[in-house]
Amino acid sequence: MTQPPQAPEAGTPRAADAPDGPTTTAAGSGPYFGPFGGRFVPEALIEALDELDTEYGKAKADPTFGEELARLHRTYTGRPSIITEVPRFARHCGGVRVVLKREDLNHTGSHKINNVLGQALLTKRLGKKRVIAETGAGQHGVATATAAALFDLECVVYMGEEDTRRQALNVARMRLLGAEVVPVTTGSRTLKDAINEALRDWVTNVETTNYVFGTVGGPHPFPAMVRDLQRIIGVEARQQVLELTGRLPDVVAACVGGGSNAIGIFHAFLDDREVRLVGLEAGGDGVETGRHAATITGGAPGVLHGARSFLLQDEDGQTIESHSISAGLDYPGVGPEHAWLASIGRAEYRPVTDAEAMEAFRLLSRTEGIIPAIESAHALAGAMRLGQELAAEGRQDAVLLVNLSGRGDKDVETAARYFHLLDEGDQ
Amino acid sequence: MTSQQVGSRTADTIERLRDQGRAALVGYLPVGFPDVDRSIEAARVMVDAGVDVVELGLPYSDPVMDGAVIQHAVERALAGGVRVRDTLRAAEAVAATGAPVLVMTYWNPVVRYGVDAFARDLAGAGAAGLITPDLIPDEGGDWVAASDEHGLDRVFLVAPSSTPERLELTARSSRGFVYAASTMGVTGTRASVGADAARLVRDTRAAGAERVCVGLGVSTADQAAEVASYADGVIVGSAFVRALADDDTTAGLDALATVVADLASGVRRAERPA
Repeated sequence: MTQPPQAPEAGTPRAADAPDGPTTTAAGSGPYFGPFGGRFVPEALIEALDELDTEYGKAKADPTFGEELARLHRTYTGRPSIITEVPRFARHCGGVRVVLKREDLNHTGSHKINNVLGQALLTKRLGKKRVIAETGAGQHGVATATAAALFDLECVVYMGEEDTRRQALNVARMRLLGAEVVPVTTGSRTLKDAINEALRDWVTNVETTNYVFGTVGGPHPFPAMVRDLQRIIGVEARQQVLELTGRLPDVVAACVGGGSNAIGIFHAFLDDREVRLVGLEAGGDGVETGRHAATITGGAPGVLHGARSFLLQDEDGQTIESHSISAGLDYPGVGPEHAWLASIGRAEYRPVTDAEAMEAFRLLSRTEGIIPAIESAHALAGAMRLGQELAAEGRQDAVLLVNLSGRGDKDVETAARYFHLLDEGDQ
Repeated sequence: MTSQQVGSRTADTIERLRDQGRAALVGYLPVGFPDVDRSIEAARVMVDAGVDVVELGLPYSDPVMDGAVIQHAVERALAGGVRVRDTLRAAEAVAATGAPVLVMTYWNPVVRYGVDAFARDLAGAGAAGLITPDLIPDEGGDWVAASDEHGLDRVFLVAPSSTPERLELTARSSRGFVYAASTMGVTGTRASVGADAARLVRDTRAAGAERVCVGLGVSTADQAAEVASYADGVIVGSAFVRALADDDTTAGLDALATVVADLASGVRRAERPA
């Protein structure tokens, strides 16, 4: 719409890409995504971020790192994940072709494992024995605890007290895997406060500890690094859709909380200008009600958790609590690369309400026998609308690729309550 | 260059005390705790009891550099409805005591207000400048310009993990003093101030800083005396907030005055190299 994006290079750590250039922020090489990104963190963390950036740069250049990660994905994650065309669901999408990228079939049930295995390998390379992570719904916490068990690392997961109650089973899963789960009792007692507490731990224990960040937010190098580790979703899907349909999809849709699954599937298509990229944000009760988590649609630029991006904030710059039926999207910030893609018009971001997401959740379960994560159901609801819009333009032959980022087992209780599926007195 | 062109009230105070043979006592309290008027009164009590430079905390929803004591005080201030403009009002009221007033703020409230507008209004309120715990000089281009424009101090932090290059950058970018974090960690009282602190002060001076104050973990007169023997200032926060939170208002102010006087005596009895 505006200026052409420079997709593949933008946002990657420029100095780190140089063969002998260790990145220091002092050198002015901190990567930005247009005006977004950066490092808005205490000075005490800068050395660790530089160290991580440097080590990641070395790992990228080292074939054994890529080979080890690929081996793990083949033998542990279950990659490549398949794609599934869903014709019965597609009838509710204006009759266009709908193809799902099945990240729900990964070990631990979502795309989160793609990122944590890479970061766990990096932790080993850094010689650190302890990892910390934040988690909201518990998916990233479970994935991190899983990688920590596999790699024999001490693991502490910070989780808002409110979320430990809402997601008690995931707390038990993490503890089964050997992780310590610390309920966070400050602020709103949700994901944003869990990130604050994890950052405080990191400032204190940075010498021994690596922070396995769960999304494409936070200070550099996390947005670029997590993006790179999730990029495999789109790389696989692009090839798979080409093989299935003989052409590229017309639209790629994914849900956006922090935005890691969306960046993961978008990235391989950034240079395919004819492919529309659509991020679906959690609209909660509706953006107009103020009870939502649609950061790009309903937020404003600012600084949170180490990066300049869009966030939900009041007129004083205080973070506003987000609301969504989906704990994994219930976050008042978003990764800086999404803010940039939105600002240059390369990707569009739309809100999907709780009710729309739950309708898509029900429909995919009924029509295709696939119970999606409620997060991913936002992408499905977006696909329904997009498909209907395309059909109205006479484009029934359009191909819609949707990232099914996670499976819905964790959400069955929420869905049971939402749809009143439990018999009276069955509590 | 600009550091020379723009004066610094904080620097003047620290230099004057240095000539008197002692370090400055820098005291932190968050605005709005327990409410705005009483936080202003508490800051005045601090000055009367021996604090030389006042650090007023602008309450923020996500204070990642703060430990439990300050987190809880700030949460209470926010729950009480404190606004950014209250910090400007408090700064103006406390500056009337004659002590330099620095506002300690996380960066987003300033971004939201507008960096230049905030600098203008802060200067208008008579404050000396800002302490910015989550803004590194690398990201602070607009703040450097605004603080030059409005004649404000900009206090950046260094940590035991800072490399020599970063110490130099931070020393060069700061005006007033450089804030040396005594240990790796967040605010809060500690049994001992890190052994790293003395080394960090030495290294920061070697990197070009003219004034270095030490914060994080100082809560007793002995610790204050120890830090005052090698640093240009001793920064105390959580110990004062805790004293203020001890009891009802009058008792809290009395407790605060007692703790401040105790730490001020520590600063005054420090043995400093001539």
